[in-house]
Amino acid sequence: MIPRHQAVIFSILLLASLVMGVTLWELREHAHRRLIAGQDSAPTSAPQVAAELQATLMVASDSDGSMPAQLHALPLPTDPGARARAILGKLLDIYAAADAAHPVPGGDGSVLEVFLLPAINSGAAADAANGPQLAVVNLAGSFAANHPSGIETETLTVLSICGTLHANLPRVSQVRFLVDGQVRSTLAGHADLTRTYLTGEPVLTEGRQP
Amino acid sequence: MRWSKLGFAAFTMSWLGGASLLAQQAPAAPQARFVVVLDAAHGGDDSGGRLLNGQPEKAFTLAMSVRLRSLLAVRGIQVVTTRESDQTVEAERRAEITNHAAAQACLSLHATESGLGIHLFASSLAPSANAGGGVRFLAWKTAQSAWVTRSVALEGDLNSALLHAGMSVTLGRSSLPVLDSLTCPAVAVEIAPEMSSDKTVAAELDDPGYQARVAEALAAAIVEWRTEAARAEAHP
Repeated sequence: MIPRHQAVIFSILLLASLVMGVTLWELREHAHRRLIAGQDSAPTSAPQVAAELQATLMVASDSDGSMPAQLHALPLPTDPGARARAILGKLLDIYAAADAAHPVPGGDGSVLEVFLLPAINSGAAADAANGPQLAVVNLAGSFAANHPSGIETETLTVLSICGTLHANLPRVSQVRFLVDGQVRSTLAGHADLTRTYLTGEPVLTEGRQP
Repeated sequence: MRWSKLGFAAFTMSWLGGASLLAQQAPAAPQARFVVVLDAAHGGDDSGGRLLNGQPEKAFTLAMSVRLRSLLAVRGIQVVTTRESDQTVEAERRAEITNHAAAQACLSLHATESGLGIHLFASSLAPSANAGGGVRFLAWKTAQSAWVTRSVALEGDLNSALLHAGMSVTLGRSSLPVLDSLTCPAVAVEIAPEMSSDKTVAAELDDPGYQARVAEALAAAIVEWRTEAARAEAHP
């Protein structure tokens, strides 16, 4: 014969177990419904692609040191910094191709960011909307580490980046380079990366008899 | 009494110092010395680029510096080199050696597997208003700006001599840490594989014949540069 107080305790514990079981079941269902709802809110339509625009790329050639302009149709963002990054990414994609005239491994991902700032000593602080700009190009460390070493090849890379920026963003008159966000002395042992480059600097020419 | 002696001594020393200063400022006799600095790029920890046969750029530039030094010495030209062995020489030290030599020309020797022919580079600094060296103090990183015009002229002489020797030449301006700090006419000479008439490789960098022809052409250009300097000195 079970004592009365033990029967009461047993009944209470049984009731509590049932309540806890039901609560756990409800919580599980609630979590499941929330998960399903989250999946439903994910975008199912493709993102809109920016309109293709003409970009001018100054594509370097190692054989004669030339840097002719090439026109390419690219989907370009409206933000100037993002646009500059996309254009330089295309330029470095060309250099990373197997048959490139100026072979440099790396490609699109080698330009981490491009920042556009008012130009140094431009005296146009009041005209920040229309004055000359300084482009700060942040390159990936892997790009600099794998860049072929040599004065000509490094100079061509630097000048083609400067020329391409100026051709597409005419307000860019000065360019500085960072590598992984840090100042680096040279690109691959030769071209000075500590200075500010002017976009109008002369390109290389073939030697000819005077 | 003691103070007056000290004062007299100080006066005497300052007078002697002044005389010494006057002697330094007196017009010097025409200098016949013609010094060329050869800067074999890289060295020691800095191997430079890797050439096709696995040779580091630092070894090639040192070998070329030794070869060119011999050719210039035979022609009676005093040569100062920035390094004579596989040692690390910082860019600042190279510029110090060159600037202390008060040279009439400096060639910074480089090598690469990129491109073809000989690449000549003068500093991309804009010529300064103080061209000709009439200034006492120059910013270290832009000291070459006072000599850029002369450097471009030296580049022209090198171009002529190399073309005369049948080589292809690319002329350019570049910003190189050593070059921009030099206070003399200075050109960076980057030697790439020789280009044939159909724009293919005619001779690799390790071809002794090609190295000899490049060195001979550079030596001929320096001799021409010395002749022009002597002519300018005789008919200022």
